[in-house]
Amino acid sequence: MAVMTDTGRTVARSGRPVRWSVVIDHAILIAGSLMMILPVFAVFISTSISDVEIYREGLNLSLGPHMAENFDKALFLKGGFTGEITGSSMLINSFILGIGFALGKILIGMTAAYAIVYFRLRFATFAFWIIFTTLLLPLEVRILPTYEVVQGLGLANTYTGLILPLVASATATFFFRQFFLSVPEELVEAARIDGAGPVKFFIDILVPLSRTMVAAIFIIMFVYGWNQYLWPTLITTDESLFTLVRGIKQIIQNLDGANVPEYGRALALAIIAILPPVLVVVIFQSWFVKGLVESDK
Amino acid sequence: MVHVALENISKVYPNGVRAVQPTSFNINKGEFIVLVGPSGCGKSTLLRMMAGLEEITEGELSIAGRVVNDIDPAERDIAMVFQNYALYPHMTVYNNMAYGLRNRGMGKVEIDKAVTDAATMLNLTELLARRPSQLSGGQRQRVAMGRAIVRNPALFLFDEPLSNLDAKLRGQMRIEIKALQRRLGVTSVYVTHDQVEAMTMADRIIVLNGGRIEQIGTPAEVYHQPASTFVASFMGAPPMNLLPARYNGNGRVHLSETVHIEAPLQANYSGDISLGVRPENVGIVGASHPDAVRFDLEFVEELGAGRLLHGKVGESGLIVHIPHTDPIPSDEVYVDLPKSALLMFDPATGARL
Repeated sequence: MAVMTDTGRTVARSGRPVRWSVVIDHAILIAGSLMMILPVFAVFISTSISDVEIYREGLNLSLGPHMAENFDKALFLKGGFTGEITGSSMLINSFILGIGFALGKILIGMTAAYAIVYFRLRFATFAFWIIFTTLLLPLEVRILPTYEVVQGLGLANTYTGLILPLVASATATFFFRQFFLSVPEELVEAARIDGAGPVKFFIDILVPLSRTMVAAIFIIMFVYGWNQYLWPTLITTDESLFTLVRGIKQIIQNLDGANVPEYGRALALAIIAILPPVLVVVIFQSWFVKGLVESDK
Repeated sequence: MVHVALENISKVYPNGVRAVQPTSFNINKGEFIVLVGPSGCGKSTLLRMMAGLEEITEGELSIAGRVVNDIDPAERDIAMVFQNYALYPHMTVYNNMAYGLRNRGMGKVEIDKAVTDAATMLNLTELLARRPSQLSGGQRQRVAMGRAIVRNPALFLFDEPLSNLDAKLRGQMRIEIKALQRRLGVTSVYVTHDQVEAMTMADRIIVLNGGRIEQIGTPAEVYHQPASTFVASFMGAPPMNLLPARYNGNGRVHLSETVHIEAPLQANYSGDISLGVRPENVGIVGASHPDAVRFDLEFVEELGAGRLLHGKVGESGLIVHIPHTDPIPSDEVYVDLPKSALLMFDPATGARL
């Protein structure tokens, strides 16, 4: 890509001379990248040293012998008050939350946008703006009433209770609405003449057309769902439903008496908690850009 | 045999705009009808009402003997080719053509046969596995045609299908569509703003203006016997010359105080008229010719096959088309406006006298 830019071409044509603007650009980019990567790297290296050493010296940049052991503990050592939960069970919970959250938001957002864009509803625009203004009411603002309702429905300590209150999404609805508005009218008409009713049109034409859009929103929402902290903390008291993001804290808090907290295990768990969102973004990033920038119509 | 009948069809949009005035005409079986007119004349609205994509405000539409006003587009037994092709971008050419058939619950074997037949007819066989994005404009247009053909409908509707193609391809596709329509014998309605397409493709042309039919007729009728000044100036490139003149009922048309020529008809009318004559019907003559009219030549437009002489008769502009074999006349030019080629129009209403 860099070769395509103007500066790149000038350099290629003129050959030798060093372009200071390029050097400075890169220096800034590299410095920025290091600032973001180094702390993570330090955490990663520190998983290899013993808890006592971390307690004494803080994060460390030299490799020690305990990495495998710490990761093993992080994933498989049973712990918690019940002594039943492991890192891997929390990992699974995080996945359930992340995927359920993302899919739920896509499903709701897509169908809502479909209704708003394609059906002649009397108050479609009004409904859309109502949905849009809910952006002003994030979960944190409405957390008590939401908790009351979910609790009242007996959904506390269930996956449903964990996911359902979070899936209504103005963002996804907005993105899909903008996308649907850009789908040519003639496509709808061609489908009508081809005998495709509203459901068929949605499934056969609109969903496949939106796939890059779906991928982009899935990425955003998965990461968002994965990193949820407040709501899971509130609605799950049963340890078997704890997510990773929440569970890490639990480990460090076990500071009783003369015991040194299991820093190594906690850091390993932090690394594990970072990985899935990173992987999702890395794997789907080309789709992500495609979905937000272009559309193949 | 009447195949499609429109009776007082009109369209009023919810905001009160009347896009189509009450309109009636019949289409015979196998006929190729072209609706032509400037943008905003209601031609597309009329077509879309026939397709069922727009509701008919008033009037009755019947296709193959069945009133279809309240019938869904899919059930009307029509197929439509859109301006922007409207192919499903995520489907292969094969699936684009098969989609409508599948929705109708046709069997796999029959679908396959219908699609392969249509593909052969349109030279699309090698492209069946491709996506629309991998096709050229002309190929996409052919796929859109294929999607219409496989259905074997009672009525083909074309909504400016060639306007997205470049000029050369447009000429070629024009012939292809016409030939295909002849071969299949499917009744067709074709909307365009291009009078050349209308002239070359139509069995009958319907000229629309301001939501109203100006004239219905064969291309020759519409060209040579335009019903109004609108039709006269819309059809033909360059359009018909329209010269302001006076007619006094004495058999002479006065182009000015001094210049008068024989009138083409005896009309019970006297007053101002518009005198219409096609550029190719004006002849260059010598000064001694009895009906010679002085023509001030201003410039010459070279067309290759002929030339257009732009100039003035008295105060009004006149275009004369001469074959390329004729010499470009020098300064003293006289033209003859032959009586047989003259048309008189009422300048107020535009109607032909």
